[in-house]
Amino acid sequence: MNLFLQQIMNGLTLGSIYGLVALGLTLVYGILHIPNFAHGALYMVGAFMSYFLMVDVGVHYWFAMAGSAAIVAVLAIICERLVFHPLRHSPPIHDKIAAIGILLFLEAVVQMFWGADFRRMSSPFTGILNFDGLIIPEQRLLIIIGALTLVAGLQIFLRKTMTGATIIAMAQNREGAFLVGIDANRVAMMTFGISGALAAIAATLYAPINLVYPAMGHLVIMKAFVIIILGGMGSIPGAIVGGMIIGFAEAFGGFYISTAYKDIIAFGLLVVILSIRPQGLFAKGAH
Amino acid sequence: MLLKIAALLMKPGAKMAMLAFALVFPFLAANEYQVYVMATAFIWAIAVYGLNIITGYCGQLNLAHGGFFAIGAYTLGLLTADYGWSFWPAFVGALVMTAVLGFLVGVVSLRLKEHYFAIFTLCVGFIIYLLLDKWEELTHGAIGVRDIAAPYGFGLVDFTDTTPFYYLVLGFLVLAMWFISRLSKSLLGRTFIAIRNGDELAESLGINLMRNKVLAFVLSTTYAGLAGALYAGMVRFIGPEEANINHTFDMITYLLVGGIGTLSGPLLGTLGLVWITQSLQFLEEYRMIIFGPLLVVLVIFFPRGIVGSFLTWIHRKSQALVPEGKRKDSKVTPTKEAENNA
Repeated sequence: MNLFLQQIMNGLTLGSIYGLVALGLTLVYGILHIPNFAHGALYMVGAFMSYFLMVDVGVHYWFAMAGSAAIVAVLAIICERLVFHPLRHSPPIHDKIAAIGILLFLEAVVQMFWGADFRRMSSPFTGILNFDGLIIPEQRLLIIIGALTLVAGLQIFLRKTMTGATIIAMAQNREGAFLVGIDANRVAMMTFGISGALAAIAATLYAPINLVYPAMGHLVIMKAFVIIILGGMGSIPGAIVGGMIIGFAEAFGGFYISTAYKDIIAFGLLVVILSIRPQGLFAKGAH
Repeated sequence: MLLKIAALLMKPGAKMAMLAFALVFPFLAANEYQVYVMATAFIWAIAVYGLNIITGYCGQLNLAHGGFFAIGAYTLGLLTADYGWSFWPAFVGALVMTAVLGFLVGVVSLRLKEHYFAIFTLCVGFIIYLLLDKWEELTHGAIGVRDIAAPYGFGLVDFTDTTPFYYLVLGFLVLAMWFISRLSKSLLGRTFIAIRNGDELAESLGINLMRNKVLAFVLSTTYAGLAGALYAGMVRFIGPEEANINHTFDMITYLLVGGIGTLSGPLLGTLGLVWITQSLQFLEEYRMIIFGPLLVVLVIFFPRGIVGSFLTWIHRKSQALVPEGKRKDSKVTPTKEAENNA
């Protein structure tokens, strides 16, 4: 029984991280219809920025997380301004190639400064809670609580504030949003900023129980894509639910089926789902 | 003056000159290593031509191309090293394998449009990598495949030498290019371009989208398999890293620099970039610092690459030379014509 609960715990942890990354991706897709392949690189840069701030500057974990979120948000906004904005009228294939270009660049730059080695990030939450045999490391609890808080905060921001409502409006109907005077540039920059910050926070939360290295974004971004296809591209609840599905599938699949193949589970799921429903599981009709 | 040089490049003689240069290259090269690099570049060029069919002509961004390259290499490697096949049957086996797998993946993936297709193929490429890495009973896992047979020369030539192998690869490259040039002029090639320009319009013209897209995909994966098999025959040691997504990204860069959807673009882009990375050794590891922004700059400012931009330029120049009155009738056709022939 405890083993089973342990897997639920692992599923929740993984699902929270995947959900946070997928949220940023789905927000950008909802507004600009760009599948941002560079999102995984932003996640990776987020982890390295936190690592840099903690190890080389010597600030506390929380400040490192905030600093890294701010840096990556600015980086994402720069990407939007310099790359995606000029390409807004190009064929869709150009956005994708440009996003790949950003991904390659960021990875190479990080590798130049920090090398390709695996690094361990420390965290102030090293304790382990023991609930009658069910062992929960504090960091995992922090991940789950952190993700829940962020998602709730984001929901409040999007639903209850005027600025947040402009993002929702533009995702629902581009032309309609322009008609009521919403500034597309501002919304696009804001969305990229939020998605970058979410990626950086997710990376900083997850890094202490994982490792920090230049290729760390590859798997995460591909899984995030699987998630937003599952949940319907552009859908916020879809990203959270999809994140949990993949998180649980991996935790249980890795435990009960095979650890070596646990990374394939997400992609296998995607292949099966897309073969049956080319539009994704929860997609609302055709565009 | 520039225009005259440009006009010279457009003549059929230019192709012959290039071929002649390729034929004498091993005698001009300073050492064997340069011949080896050139042969590698030719192999990549074959794979990039494959990518050009599905991505350049048909407009579908296939991110599993490097994976199919690896499948070609592994099929040849495993058949010769583990199952005792000799090179040529295994070579045909590699082509058949990539074609069949290309068909299976194509049938599923091409039902998806645009972003979904790109993401799906990205995942397929990753699944291929994971399988090569983890399925140890079949692929030897991270150790890779050793003792791959070299091409059998029927007692006439020894393909374990670099120079004969160079000519073998050159032969396949010429064959591959000849096929593409025939294809781009044929009805089938034009069908692919029609699909790229707008699949709904193409469908309304009576084009069977699925059948043509799958055909383009199978052709492209077979090209990747051909390149992979040649690569395995040359290097004779392969590992799961052949399926690394970075190979696909490299090929996209080569294609974009040369000119996506053009006939000579893949060759020029591949040769140019392979030699530039070779001559700047320090770039080997950090080449992406330059390639990444290069991709971005290209899609923003020169989405048609070297060859495409050159064709646009030459077209504009020749238009400027034609007197005002005569210009009208030749306005539309030449670029399209030139684009498909160059």
